[in-house]
Amino acid sequence: MTEPVRASLDHCVKCTICETFCPYARVTPLFPGPKYVGPQAERYRTGGASPDASVDYCSGCGICTNVCPQGVKIAEINSRARAQLWEERGVPLRNQLIARPSLLGRLGTPVAPLANWTLRNRPLRWIGERTLGVHRKGAVPRFAGRTFQRWARKHVSPPAERTVVYFHNCGTNYYEPSVGRMVVDVLEHNGFHVVVPPQDCCGLPLLSNGNFAAARAYVRRLVANLAPYAREGLPIVANSTSCGLMLKREAREILDVEDEDAVAVSEVMYDLCEFLLLLHEQGELRTDFRPLELTVPYHAPCQQQGHGIGKPALDLFALVPRLQAIELDTDCCGIAGTYGIKKEKYEIGMAVGERLFGLLRESDAEIAACDSETCRWQIEHGSGVHAVHPVEVLHRAYGLQAA
Amino acid sequence: MTAAGWRAARVEPAAYDTVVIGAGLAGLTAALRLAEAGQRVAVLAKGVGATHLSPATIDVLGYEDGVVASPAQALPGFASAHPEHPYGRLSVDVIRAALDWFRERLEGHGYRGGLDENMLVPTAVGAAKPTALVPETMAAADLRRGGRFVFVGLRGLKDFYPAYLAGNVTRAQLPGRGSVAARALELAPTLGVQRDLGSLGFAQRFEDAGFRASVVADLRPRLVTGEVVGFPAVLGVGRAREVCQELEARLDHPVFEVPTLPPSIQGQRVFETMTGGLRRAGGRLVVGSAVGEVRTSNGRVEAVLTETAGRPIAYRAGSFVLATGGFASGGLELDASGRISETVFDLPLSGVPAPNEPRLAREYFDDQPISRAGIAVDEKMRAVNGDSEPVYENLHVAGATLAGAVPWREASGNGISLSSGYAAAEAILEVAS
Repeated sequence: MTEPVRASLDHCVKCTICETFCPYARVTPLFPGPKYVGPQAERYRTGGASPDASVDYCSGCGICTNVCPQGVKIAEINSRARAQLWEERGVPLRNQLIARPSLLGRLGTPVAPLANWTLRNRPLRWIGERTLGVHRKGAVPRFAGRTFQRWARKHVSPPAERTVVYFHNCGTNYYEPSVGRMVVDVLEHNGFHVVVPPQDCCGLPLLSNGNFAAARAYVRRLVANLAPYAREGLPIVANSTSCGLMLKREAREILDVEDEDAVAVSEVMYDLCEFLLLLHEQGELRTDFRPLELTVPYHAPCQQQGHGIGKPALDLFALVPRLQAIELDTDCCGIAGTYGIKKEKYEIGMAVGERLFGLLRESDAEIAACDSETCRWQIEHGSGVHAVHPVEVLHRAYGLQAA
Repeated sequence: MTAAGWRAARVEPAAYDTVVIGAGLAGLTAALRLAEAGQRVAVLAKGVGATHLSPATIDVLGYEDGVVASPAQALPGFASAHPEHPYGRLSVDVIRAALDWFRERLEGHGYRGGLDENMLVPTAVGAAKPTALVPETMAAADLRRGGRFVFVGLRGLKDFYPAYLAGNVTRAQLPGRGSVAARALELAPTLGVQRDLGSLGFAQRFEDAGFRASVVADLRPRLVTGEVVGFPAVLGVGRAREVCQELEARLDHPVFEVPTLPPSIQGQRVFETMTGGLRRAGGRLVVGSAVGEVRTSNGRVEAVLTETAGRPIAYRAGSFVLATGGFASGGLELDASGRISETVFDLPLSGVPAPNEPRLAREYFDDQPISRAGIAVDEKMRAVNGDSEPVYENLHVAGATLAGAVPWREASGNGISLSSGYAAAEAILEVAS
């Protein structure tokens, strides 16, 4: 373990603030809490022996690290402990499979109708739960059938004075290509030439599932693709807050991927809303928004909060006439990437998200906004309210044509 | 646009009216007061503040050569005897206004008391602590007139020792002629899979009607007429007031909460109420972002930069409030060479023991000289240098970062935090208008 992460545990004064904020320890006795499995148990993880397996019930949401007043990297310590646990025991097939979204995407896209039917067929999902351990009710997306990359290759982004590079992630590519098109529309509307380099998974799901070796291989390939643009000094924007955070920080901090490419990319990575708000503060964001008679509850995903950038989506919504944004004071939706679809964790994830789902159900809102794709799928599954990326609201407010 | 072009073109993000550094009681008080007054406010914090580590009482001044019966009467004398103390900068009127404001903001918790009389309430170990303001769930705990108390332990709740507590409470020095009788008893509620829970776990159980009913059924036959019942402060998370009222009605005895060791659920209620108010008033709370760098020019703070993923983020503002706490919270630091520093702005310090004087007293709870080290301020709560000149025209300081106090001996911690946070906000609003 690199020093900055592991050494931080010496700052733990056992104040238990992390435990009071942990959304998972709150709902299940199977997870004894971030302090317990982190700074406390870490002292027993010597010589490749994990004291117990409870760290696998940490979702990696990162709230503990955020609230720690002493700067202990609790979630990062726990991520590494999880990897050590699976190194000792062998990563289960399920975790190998669901942690490779681009592989699943490539397999499912050509046979999208069949794949979507399979994912919504109850007997087959039941078999999937029994054989693979993916919960039969777990929130899974629909394959779009056509990838965003395919659209982007044909799309001619008009030349402009300034250029931005778009890192669209697997969710956009295989499941929500329309979100990608809206990102490109909004950036072009603001006078950017948008470059979409070929790209694969960032490795975050593998990191969360404790397979660090494979995660490193993915992220190294990705940053090698993106680094030439970073070296040109071009900003790179991501609409997925978790994948964006992977390139900004997690790959370097948790996986020790500290090569020049990773460093160059991390310094020019921007979350999409962060980027748009920065433009606005420079007086460079177009504010020709049409009034939107709409009330939008906004949920900030855990990884979005991990960026430490506040809630720029709300600041952007404030620029749209008549749009009413409601800041929800909820923490985690319970999906945490792939956590909430696992057979043994689905109920835990649903219990974690219940407060958020309840607020949305009561809100009568037409749509909710949330930056992370897996969180949106979980929100729809848990509350029945359609959840969109904030860019969709802005796209509508700009009066851009829906793709 | 090239890299250099992009960076050069980058102006600082979000200009706020006020940026508050620190999310403890002092920082949240300043932020909420300013946001309510219509300011655009951001709170930047390395982590969650000390609210979760302390009980939710507002102790203004508990001791000065013995127990203080009335803070309002004692404060003027205390301030003139200790001109370097934060209360040397805070008038009784300001402290009273801060308490009134707090009581209103925390209306849902039904705060009782005020500046005129201290109550005496038992701490986690049964010491009778003088305090000015308590949440309704602690109102029945006032020991001043004596009475018969029973302290209820919950099997599985760590670090709560009702017999020890009861023993200490019986030794309480009361101002009048009353006396305290106290005993302990333990309940063993069914907890299911988990055999022990933290205070939060129990607080969640108390929000469940079935759990409360089982507690009432177990406890009621064991109570003696006239007893006042003290529970550890886990009577619900957000709904403690209702839980407490319900228990009183069903037990037919007055019920109160005794603070626990951390995590303090009572403190969590204060944090959630204040951050909720801040959110509704349009303020922004950014937790997990320590300030790593500051930009100043012409005697003003222009911006503070947070250490965030990828690169620092600059927050510009018209005014700044530093409320990062003292040594325990990292607002002040003592390095290996013995140098004390303020960690964000490296402000000049006051109250630092001279090199030939002792820094520490022998006993832990003694009057520790080093505790008085901190930042001296003017009447606008602005940090001042040795010549009593403001270091920066727009930098205000509140809470445990201030010089001159020994809060654990004075029983003054939350009182200083609340009233200095409030006074900083008032000073900023005065400049703004």
